[in-house]
Amino acid sequence: MKSLKLIGLAFGASLALSTTTFAQDITVAVAGPMTGSESAFGRQLKNGAEQFVADANAAGGVLNKKLKLFVGDDACDPKQARSIAEKIGSQGIPFVAGHFCSSSSIPASEAYADSNVLQITPASTNPLFTERKLWNVLRICGRDDQQGVVAAQYIAKNFAGKNVAILNDKTTYGKGLADETKKALNKAGFQEKMFESYNKDDKDFNSIVSRLKRDNIDLVYIGGYHQQAGLILRQMRDQGLKTVMMSGDSMNDKEFASITGPQAEGTLFTFGPDPRNKPTAKAIVEKFKAKGIDPEGYTLYTYAAMQVWTEAVKKAGTTDPQKVMKVIKDGEWDTVLGKLGFDAKGDIKAIDYVVYKWDAKGNYAEISD
Amino acid sequence: MDYFFQQLINGLVLGSIYGLIAIGYTMVYGIVGMINFAHGDIFMIGGFIALITFLILVSIGMTMVPVILLLVLLVAMAVTALYGWTVERIAYRPLRQSFRLAPMLSAIGMSFVLSNFAQVSQGARVKPVPPIITGGYTLHDSGNFAVQLSNVQIVVVVTTVVLLAIFTYIVSRTRFGRDMRACEQDQTMAALLGVDVDRTISMTFVIGASLAAVAGMMYLLYYGLVDFFMGFIAGIKAFTAAVLGGIGSLPGAMLGGLAIGLIETFWSAYFSVEYKDVAAFSILIIVLIFMPTGLLGRPEVEKV
Repeated sequence: MKSLKLIGLAFGASLALSTTTFAQDITVAVAGPMTGSESAFGRQLKNGAEQFVADANAAGGVLNKKLKLFVGDDACDPKQARSIAEKIGSQGIPFVAGHFCSSSSIPASEAYADSNVLQITPASTNPLFTERKLWNVLRICGRDDQQGVVAAQYIAKNFAGKNVAILNDKTTYGKGLADETKKALNKAGFQEKMFESYNKDDKDFNSIVSRLKRDNIDLVYIGGYHQQAGLILRQMRDQGLKTVMMSGDSMNDKEFASITGPQAEGTLFTFGPDPRNKPTAKAIVEKFKAKGIDPEGYTLYTYAAMQVWTEAVKKAGTTDPQKVMKVIKDGEWDTVLGKLGFDAKGDIKAIDYVVYKWDAKGNYAEISD
Repeated sequence: MDYFFQQLINGLVLGSIYGLIAIGYTMVYGIVGMINFAHGDIFMIGGFIALITFLILVSIGMTMVPVILLLVLLVAMAVTALYGWTVERIAYRPLRQSFRLAPMLSAIGMSFVLSNFAQVSQGARVKPVPPIITGGYTLHDSGNFAVQLSNVQIVVVVTTVVLLAIFTYIVSRTRFGRDMRACEQDQTMAALLGVDVDRTISMTFVIGASLAAVAGMMYLLYYGLVDFFMGFIAGIKAFTAAVLGGIGSLPGAMLGGLAIGLIETFWSAYFSVEYKDVAAFSILIIVLIFMPTGLLGRPEVEKV
């Protein structure tokens, strides 16, 4: 009997503790790969979210409450993403900015839908994310069926009559992007010479590199993440291949160049127009630079995701995810990325992908094709 | 044909790295009869120590690449050996008289401890290094396909062969090697005849760990990056190599490593890259069905 009372007491105490935190703050979450081989992108998401929470609190918070940030780590693993999502849901957090990997965002979104959490992904580009008619999902970035078309146009224009190979890493993101690019290429009457996949946890790609060499491949398109792309590039140059590499938005972190060194020169990738150059982002970019952070890739996208949610909450006067969602979809929002509006599915209305090129010094810049 | 030779080079280098790790599994199994599941993580620690040593040497202004490499090799071997010794001392020795599964479970625990230790102390991100050994040779150029042999590949294979020769000599020709083989056959009898069993077992872990450190360093040189979770996959592959070669047999581990490396490479060269692991493990199963002790693991030959 005594132990039962103790359990009751402990339960009551923990309940009291959790309610007191909720009375003072609104907790919001950012979730992504904080550990593992995609952790560079987790850091982008976290930097963006932390900066926004600091700025919002400095400006007086939301609904007269301070924002508090919960950071979830999914390690780009679908199972871990799902369990983080359930944790976020069970804590009554109304909003999550995340995840990075499509293979995490998609399974997590179902858990969020069940536990009444609004999810805005700053970075997951797989079309399926918004195609399942879930009420709670929004996407700040573009989709792979748009990204693939831009890549295919570039390839068809600049590599006409050359040999092209498409590789993918079998993940939701990588395979999806490779398939979309292949589809768009074939539609333009361009036939790739090789379509293969590799394991995401491999380090040794020498065998596949020798195959590229045998088939005289001029351009290899990678549907996959930056680490494996970096290793493939390094092993290509070691075997004396001059083949050009092209990939998608997951190459937008300088970590790619730290893997390849100067060999990154000439490597291409597609991504939205550089958010750091937008006039609306200028003040925020300065703030990041003052802290010694380069707000590259999806950092500002995460910032914008949180901005959209916060502005909508202010307008709706509540954090109730269903009501906030309706307000977001009805309105247009001023963010660091400029004005953003969403369609019924939750995709962003205006998207434009551009092609970037790496130089030998480890920087990338937009190019005009 | 040129294509075949290029893939042969790729496979031999990959196999050498697997083989170096596999030796650690096989030596420990030979002497104490347990699978040291923490060995993959010892390999990872070796890679990290090589990286840290390299960065320190570069930051104090060393520029001579051969000297740097030699120093990195020695420091990585020494420090990683210390890890190997410590792991044996705190996680396995107290359990040596316990039931058979106990040290294996504590090995799995140790594996988690080491990888989480690296994650917490070194961060969760991938640690890349710029290419240290560059350049190479074109062996044969038939016009449309040039067989390339890079200097890193030469370093990896030569280091592996030299170290394997040294350790084979130690095990088969020296006093210490005789002690090891004695402990492997009968620890009680060896102790009665004046062999310091604890010391011999400790030294076995030290040697295994220092070979793993070499593998870690080769890995760092060849692939140019280390991370805290690389020990798991590499460990599984090397363990497979040790079983394929016949666990307990030193040349068997090397042979198994080369076999796994070559199977993976040639499967991805001529069939599909997707199923290379399936191919490697299928061959393991087939070999074990017909030769249950692995390729070289005959019970009557000397095992260490």
